[in-house]
Amino acid sequence: MSRHHGNDESVLGAATGRTIPLSDVSVGQTVIVCEVRSGIFENEDGNIGLRLVELGFVEGEPLRVVAQGHPGREPIAVRIGNTTFALRRFEADHVLVAPAPEAGTRS
Amino acid sequence: MSAPVQALLRVALLGNPNCGKTALFNLLTGSRQKVANYAGVTVERKEGLLDTPMGQRVRVVDLPGAYSLNPLSQDEVITRDVVLGKVDDEPRPDLLVCVTDATNLRLNLRLVVEVKRLGLPTVLALNMIDVARRRGVEIDVAALEKELGIPVVQTVAVRRGGADGLVRLIQKHLSDRPIAARAWAASDVAGVAETQREVRRILAAAVREPASGMRMDDALDRIVMHPVWGFAILAATLFLMFQAVFAWAQLPMGWIEAGIETTGVLLNAWMPDGILRSLLIDGVVAGVGSVLIFLPQILILFMFILALEDSGYLPRAAFMLDRLMGTVGLSGRSFIPLLSSFACAVPGIMATRHISSWRDRLTTIMIAPLTTCSARLPVYALIIGAFIPQRRVMGFLNLQGVVLFVLYLAGIVSAMAVAWVLKVTSGRAMLHPLMMELPSYRWPNLRNLFIGLLERAKIFLMRVGTIILSLSILLWFLASFPAPPPDAAGPAIQYSLAGMLGRALETVLAPIGFNWQISIALVPGFAAREVAVSALGTVYALSATGDNVAEQLTPMIAAGWSSATAYSLLAWYVFAPQCISTLSIVKRETNSIRYPLLMAGYLFALAYLASFVTYRVALALTGS
Repeated sequence: MSRHHGNDESVLGAATGRTIPLSDVSVGQTVIVCEVRSGIFENEDGNIGLRLVELGFVEGEPLRVVAQGHPGREPIAVRIGNTTFALRRFEADHVLVAPAPEAGTRS
Repeated sequence: MSAPVQALLRVALLGNPNCGKTALFNLLTGSRQKVANYAGVTVERKEGLLDTPMGQRVRVVDLPGAYSLNPLSQDEVITRDVVLGKVDDEPRPDLLVCVTDATNLRLNLRLVVEVKRLGLPTVLALNMIDVARRRGVEIDVAALEKELGIPVVQTVAVRRGGADGLVRLIQKHLSDRPIAARAWAASDVAGVAETQREVRRILAAAVREPASGMRMDDALDRIVMHPVWGFAILAATLFLMFQAVFAWAQLPMGWIEAGIETTGVLLNAWMPDGILRSLLIDGVVAGVGSVLIFLPQILILFMFILALEDSGYLPRAAFMLDRLMGTVGLSGRSFIPLLSSFACAVPGIMATRHISSWRDRLTTIMIAPLTTCSARLPVYALIIGAFIPQRRVMGFLNLQGVVLFVLYLAGIVSAMAVAWVLKVTSGRAMLHPLMMELPSYRWPNLRNLFIGLLERAKIFLMRVGTIILSLSILLWFLASFPAPPPDAAGPAIQYSLAGMLGRALETVLAPIGFNWQISIALVPGFAAREVAVSALGTVYALSATGDNVAEQLTPMIAAGWSSATAYSLLAWYVFAPQCISTLSIVKRETNSIRYPLLMAGYLFALAYLASFVTYRVALALTGS
């Protein structure tokens, strides 16, 4: 169903320092996009990484997780710019992020 | 009216979902719209006419919402193909209007840049500019025009005259020639990232946004998507909605009822006794009237659904329910179609178009008829009224209301059970993308609400005027001919074609407690559930004149049926696929005869089984 492509296809930026997948970010935390991977999961529904970049998940963009579904913290709602997207955890795994440099609790 | 429609120039509206594109389309074209499907696919095609102040008539096409020309959904495939002129019988638009949400250019502008590169005549509409200004977003239109190299205009789709500037721009650029239209090629991630850098450069040059323009959304989201309060709000909203469907509809339903009654009485007084009068009163007025009466309930339900959708709440409700629906193999995206199915399965099944995964979509289509649609209400109301006493249980609950609630619940539970069975038997993993936008909250716009309701009312009345009218006439014919012999004893209908048909069916349906009268009524009821009530009326007394058929019918069936038969018929209606419109829409949406047949088969099997069990258990309990 889904093929593992390995992470040699990292496309945006280079992972500098400690990055975590977006799915591990807790509610209310602001983070910065470091890298978007394409092709981790590819199925009949198309290239998730490409669409994430099209939606604005690009290097340097600040994000904030505004809510999580229940149970199982699935899906998550991510505020990016003036838009909010609901993502499954496996989709959010395509986005690697680092804590925002300035105060991460900005509302 | 001068130029033939084919020769008119064509403008296409193109933009991200949720950018107010359809509201702008409504403002440009008013109610002069034609809604159909693109050939061979189930993507809605909306077209309307616009008259410019200079007297030119233009065709306006509202393309399906798209985030990109690299398609992920059927909608996006169509949008790309229309723009590139690759759809049969669909010439390439003469002018593209890129519609953007001015509060959300960071997301919206990328598609504009992608489209602009095609070299086709293109203009940009900054929609919702009023909201953007209120939020403190400053847009330098001249700088934006310079950076993008296309004309830019500000619009407010929800205000009268809010698109006047756009209309002038359309008039001015309609006859522009393409600038050496370039071939389109699918982009890769690096290419998209490059476009995004250009978008950010343009934004830096032309747009200034306040640091936090989303305070309102933040505050609302904290409550609406809260693990406790969020579910409480969802439950309260749904409760209010169903309350309103029953409470608010009472008054207009009374008016319609009175109107139908008056029509019957007048016809009775004016026309000489005879076949024609019987046809009009027993066939047309009784048949069509018994269905027309549900128009208020359907419109109230749709008003709620449209308003909730417009406000941005429904996608959040879908978000809340996503994980729960995942346990039976569905996603939050199935919530909106299933909610619509409470009004009518037909628009519900049409709303599944937004589910990108085919299997999720198919499962949602297959279970949609199990949610209790408003056409079942007249049948439930008739039987409950006749067999369930008006009694209070637990001090404050109305027993009839409780039974109705249980019937709704039975539908929901069986829908979930069927979805679960489909999930288990297809044995698939749960890796489906959601990637659903939760748009900014906004007040629903009254005009758009009105246009949406008008569309629904039109569809419903068309159904009443075509299928239900012709079936009422057909049934009247079957129940009236051949006439009984002069020395016949018993009601005339026993000798008619309908009577013979009912007796034949009774042999199959007797084990679940249905008598020949019910069996006859089920026949036209296969076309549309609600017809069964008027059919029972016709069957029990062909002379049930203009009066409310259901009211006269109640004492007759209360005396004529055992309570086991009544419960069995209720159970039958929870499952039975008695609606030709639903089956035909399933055929259209799945592009195959297999799925409607499968649906009819499994629903009939469930209905027979449920009725059989109900009948036998009820017989045993009542000790007969």
